Amino acid sequence: MIAAIIALPALSAAILLSLGNRTNKFGPWLAIGASTGSFLIGFWQFLQMLSRPEEERAVVTTVYEWLAVPAAGFKVNFALQLDQLSISFVLLITFVGTLIHIYSLGYMSHDENPRRFFAYLNLFVAAMLLLVLADNYLLLYVGWEGVGLASYLLIGFWQHKPSAAVAAKKAFVANRVGDFGLSLAIMTMFIVLGSVSFSDVNEGIKGAPAWVSLTLGLLLLLAACGKSAQFPLQSWLLDAMEGPTPVSALIHAATMVTAGVYLIVRSASIFNASEIAQTAVVVVGTISLLMGAVIAAAKDDIKKSLAGSTMSQIGYMILAAGLGPIGYVFAILHLITHGFFKAVMFLGAGSVMHATNDNVDMRRYGGLPKVMIFTTITFFIGYLAIIGIPPFAGFYSKDHIIEAALSHSWWAGAAVLFGAGLTAFYMTRIVVMTFVSKPRWEDDVHPHESPLSMTLPMIVLAIGATSIGIILTQNHIFEHWLEPVTGFVEPEPPFSIQTITIITLSVVAIGVLAAIWQYRKVAKVAPKNVSFVVTAARKDLYGDVMNEALLMRPGQATTKFLNIFDKSVVDGFVNGLGALTTGISARLRRSETGYVRSYAMSIVVGTAILVIALLIVRL
Amino acid sequence: MNPNAYLVLSGIIFSIGALGVLLRRNAIVAFMSVELMLNAANLAFVTGARVWGKLDGQAAAFFVMVVAAAEVVIGLAIIITIFRTRNSASVDEASLLRW
Repeated sequence: MIAAIIALPALSAAILLSLGNRTNKFGPWLAIGASTGSFLIGFWQFLQMLSRPEEERAVVTTVYEWLAVPAAGFKVNFALQLDQLSISFVLLITFVGTLIHIYSLGYMSHDENPRRFFAYLNLFVAAMLLLVLADNYLLLYVGWEGVGLASYLLIGFWQHKPSAAVAAKKAFVANRVGDFGLSLAIMTMFIVLGSVSFSDVNEGIKGAPAWVSLTLGLLLLLAACGKSAQFPLQSWLLDAMEGPTPVSALIHAATMVTAGVYLIVRSASIFNASEIAQTAVVVVGTISLLMGAVIAAAKDDIKKSLAGSTMSQIGYMILAAGLGPIGYVFAILHLITHGFFKAVMFLGAGSVMHATNDNVDMRRYGGLPKVMIFTTITFFIGYLAIIGIPPFAGFYSKDHIIEAALSHSWWAGAAVLFGAGLTAFYMTRIVVMTFVSKPRWEDDVHPHESPLSMTLPMIVLAIGATSIGIILTQNHIFEHWLEPVTGFVEPEPPFSIQTITIITLSVVAIGVLAAIWQYRKVAKVAPKNVSFVVTAARKDLYGDVMNEALLMRPGQATTKFLNIFDKSVVDGFVNGLGALTTGISARLRRSETGYVRSYAMSIVVGTAILVIALLIVRL
Repeated sequence: MNPNAYLVLSGIIFSIGALGVLLRRNAIVAFMSVELMLNAANLAFVTGARVWGKLDGQAAAFFVMVVAAAEVVIGLAIIITIFRTRNSASVDEASLLRW
């Protein structure tokens, strides 16, 4: 039954991709049906899990024996683990996924080939579900690669645009760097601990020397950085916005990019065993959350601004996951609330783009509430949720992360507080530029509200973004729910919780007011004379330049050197041998004169030499 | 029986033949010189047979004659064909098979 959660979308993707154009008519509906079915089965499993006592909630089903090398003691089952952590993800993925499938119905209606799009979406959902349901790292790796593939295919969905093709390639390559970390981690696990299943690794890591948990922790962090667009592998996420907007909402905001957080929380036992690895995670999260926020505050492209925000919010989750048992639960809580409010904002951005001839420049928006009231309201709810205004979802999750960070160290606490202010600033900026300010539309743009298939998912997600935080944190439900899997320690911040809430809200208020003041007037064209921070942020804080200097240039230099080496040394040897042979034969062939008499002469001389030689030997 | 005289004669004839092959350009003459060399060899064979009183040398001489006769047939045919096409029997002019 658990396998059916994955099998439904996988089967649908297989049908749509293998039968091709014949499925064009019903393809999107089949995809939506598969995703919905997956959600219903997931929900049924969730109810069943609730009905069981706490100790029996986690179940492992072995579908079949997948790989076995008895000689090496290597055995991996195709086994699915359904516990409190994975069911949370299953519900998020299938629920948000289904809504975004429905949204795509309207969004992709003008596209040439929506069937292919829906097939890829299904493929993504199946791979992501495999990732979160796997009971061992190797099977997780299959899902991990699967979502990477789906992400690549969907970013480059409009592959006739060179920018989209390049962005897809960039995402794929950056992800491979992270995948490399994960594959090394899996190999290390097998060599040192002798198994790759979660339960065996959790047991084995207890008795293992310190360097094992440190190595594994850092390798898994590298993997998480690649998939979750964290520093230093962040640069692909902004370019990934070339893909269709539903993709940005589902894959590059709500689900796939959070896989890194899942990986770290799932490997809690490894990180708990190594303080250095944990600190590295916190540092990476801190840098990413500040970088992402600064980038988001400078971009005029609404999707790129939201992408920067995604990077920043995932930075929060990674940071929380690095805090240890006080943070795991809140990382996942923020992941879920973020899945809702970020998805609704991306869908809102898509709706706005849909209304303005696919324009993404916020400087040409403005004055939209009058023409698209549903989009405006749902986006505004997402906005309130992300900046953390009670009772919207983001308030509960982010406040808890701030408490946990403050009880960890002053610098992590200061960073998340500052990040909260930046979040308020850049989100207010987006809302002001897109909706509140005066219209600055292009001449041929006539904005209109999107069809019901697009507004309905936004409304549902907005309801989620309003309520999910308060529901999940009521009486510490979520902490108790996840505690058996991840462990939980109540954070003990240096100030009282009320004080922290007040501080946070005042920082947020400062951010909001600063943005309102700064953007009381919006120019149609981005101003040129700006501070170096803005210039840097517009260029993604030189992420690409850094990649170029650190990875691309040395790589190119190595290639160049190897090319020269190949041409001069390897080719030189082979060609020299050839030249030697031709040279010798060119001289030798001169002896073939064509004169019979000279041949006769050589025979006579040869015979004479033979005779003389024989005589000498005889003597 | 003292074979020296026979062998010396054989050597002289062989040398004349060899020199003829090496020095004369006319294909017919070169061909005749080859025959001279073969006959010199025959003489040596027969002398040997006589000295040791065995028939092996005589038999070898017969084989050489048969081979020489066959060779004459083919050789003359080639020379005549060359002469017909080139109007000359010089071995130096027929030197196309070269580098």
